[in-house]
Amino acid sequence: MKFERYGIGIAKGLMVTLKNFLRPPVTLQYPEEKLITSKRIRGNELVWYVGKCTGCATCAKHCPQGNIEVVTHVGPENTYIVEKFEVDTGRCMFCGLCVEACPYEAIFMGRSYERATYRQKELVLSKEQLMLSELRQPSGYARPKIEALLPRQKLLLYWDREDGQKLRWFPWRKRSKN
Amino acid sequence: MTVMEQFRNWLAGAMPDWAAYILAFIVGVVAILIFALVMIIVFVYIERRVVGRFQVRLGPNRCGPEGIFQLIADAIKVFGKEDIVPSKGDFWVHFLAPIVTFVPALMIFAVVPFHRGAVFTDLDVGILYVVAISSISVVGIFMAGWGSNNKYSLIAALRAVAQAVSYELPVVLSVVGVILLTGTLSLNKIVEVQTIPLFLLTPLGFLIFFLGTMAEINRSPFDLLEAESEIVAGYQMEYSGMKWVLFYMGEYGHALAASSIITTLFLSGWKGPLLPPFLWFLIKVLIVFFIFMWARATVPRLRVDQLTAFAWKCLLPMALINLVLIAAEVIWFPEMLPWMMVVVNFAVAGVLILLWSRLFALGGGRVEV
Repeated sequence: MKFERYGIGIAKGLMVTLKNFLRPPVTLQYPEEKLITSKRIRGNELVWYVGKCTGCATCAKHCPQGNIEVVTHVGPENTYIVEKFEVDTGRCMFCGLCVEACPYEAIFMGRSYERATYRQKELVLSKEQLMLSELRQPSGYARPKIEALLPRQKLLLYWDREDGQKLRWFPWRKRSKN
Repeated sequence: MTVMEQFRNWLAGAMPDWAAYILAFIVGVVAILIFALVMIIVFVYIERRVVGRFQVRLGPNRCGPEGIFQLIADAIKVFGKEDIVPSKGDFWVHFLAPIVTFVPALMIFAVVPFHRGAVFTDLDVGILYVVAISSISVVGIFMAGWGSNNKYSLIAALRAVAQAVSYELPVVLSVVGVILLTGTLSLNKIVEVQTIPLFLLTPLGFLIFFLGTMAEINRSPFDLLEAESEIVAGYQMEYSGMKWVLFYMGEYGHALAASSIITTLFLSGWKGPLLPPFLWFLIKVLIVFFIFMWARATVPRLRVDQLTAFAWKCLLPMALINLVLIAAEVIWFPEMLPWMMVVVNFAVAGVLILLWSRLFALGGGRVEV
């Protein structure tokens, strides 16, 4: 005698949905709370180190779309001095080939994802904009030595919450810190 | 004496009878319209939030505190939309269809008692009026399907008619059971007679009425006439702007009306301890509506043949047996104690559901009927 045939199946389904109803929601309230990206993520931006770059333009050669523009001149110690290092991130697809190609580890993928601008031309980033800052942090992508030093992480994206990855009923409200 | 009659008599002291009659009429209509429209807005908001919670998300919560102004924003958006009439469509039929669908939902509230005696017109044939009015909206849906000159709309309209014809019978038969038990057709008196809620006395009738009204107001899982996966948006497809909103409000208006009728007939209406009667009525209506939403979040949509088969092969015979059972109890055992009736009727309902479930056996990944 199978009880699935006597309406028990619908009752079970109702209990499943009721359980879901009583669960806290998974919705992320974006501007109030943001997901943290993993330190190894192939993110949505590039970080450029002015001290490490020799102006060899390997990155520009490896870029499939030709987004990177490097202009150099010869300096006093017979080295290149980088005049211009521009990346058109509007056309960039963040494949990471420039990062993998760089022989001096002067360019990194970044961890941030909030890159929207009001003007298209603002997406063409200059030297100064590409440099390391508080908002522009490098990730360990394609840098095995650096990656080995990073703490272990399981998730690519995770909540920025004190109580770990548990779901909460009113996640956008600031929890009072005692 | 109802509240309306008292109000009319009070007015008649200050003005001629005909003026008092008209003024009382206008005040009553406006009060009912305000109640219905406010409740429709509340229902839409509740449905969006609760279905969101069923899907483990939040639902609209940005516009105003907890998103309560979301519907006002939606309304403003909809007001600005272009009203498109299909060029080969029938203009007047297309124009009238939303009105014909929406107005019956409001008309039902003329006989619903909200409080002791607080009923717009205490019709002696109240429940007959409800049954008659609630099936008019199907005409509106058919007009929408016909006037749109669209094959999917027409399919939806024909489905709506088939559904309404199928589910009207079990619903009316289960209502007859209620009438036999209470001995009156007036909704006001039905509430006053109910000492214990009738869903305990006629569990099978309650179940049949619940499922049948769910099908009649076209809520999921019986929402075949707007099945997105089959016929795009069904009868609403050629509608935009305010006409579409009328359909949408009609849908929720019918849900509200159906919840009110179920509350009145089976859940003893405004009766309840401690809290004021009107609040009890609202609480019961919301509980019924929650079960509607719960079923919507749980049960997938039926096939067309399953839908009609469920009405004709399952609900109709069960409604007939239920009617005969109640009639036998009322005629032969009028002295039967209520709790004995509860036990007997629950046992019969269980047995009948078990027997009829044999017809709907699962097999090979599809339900055979």
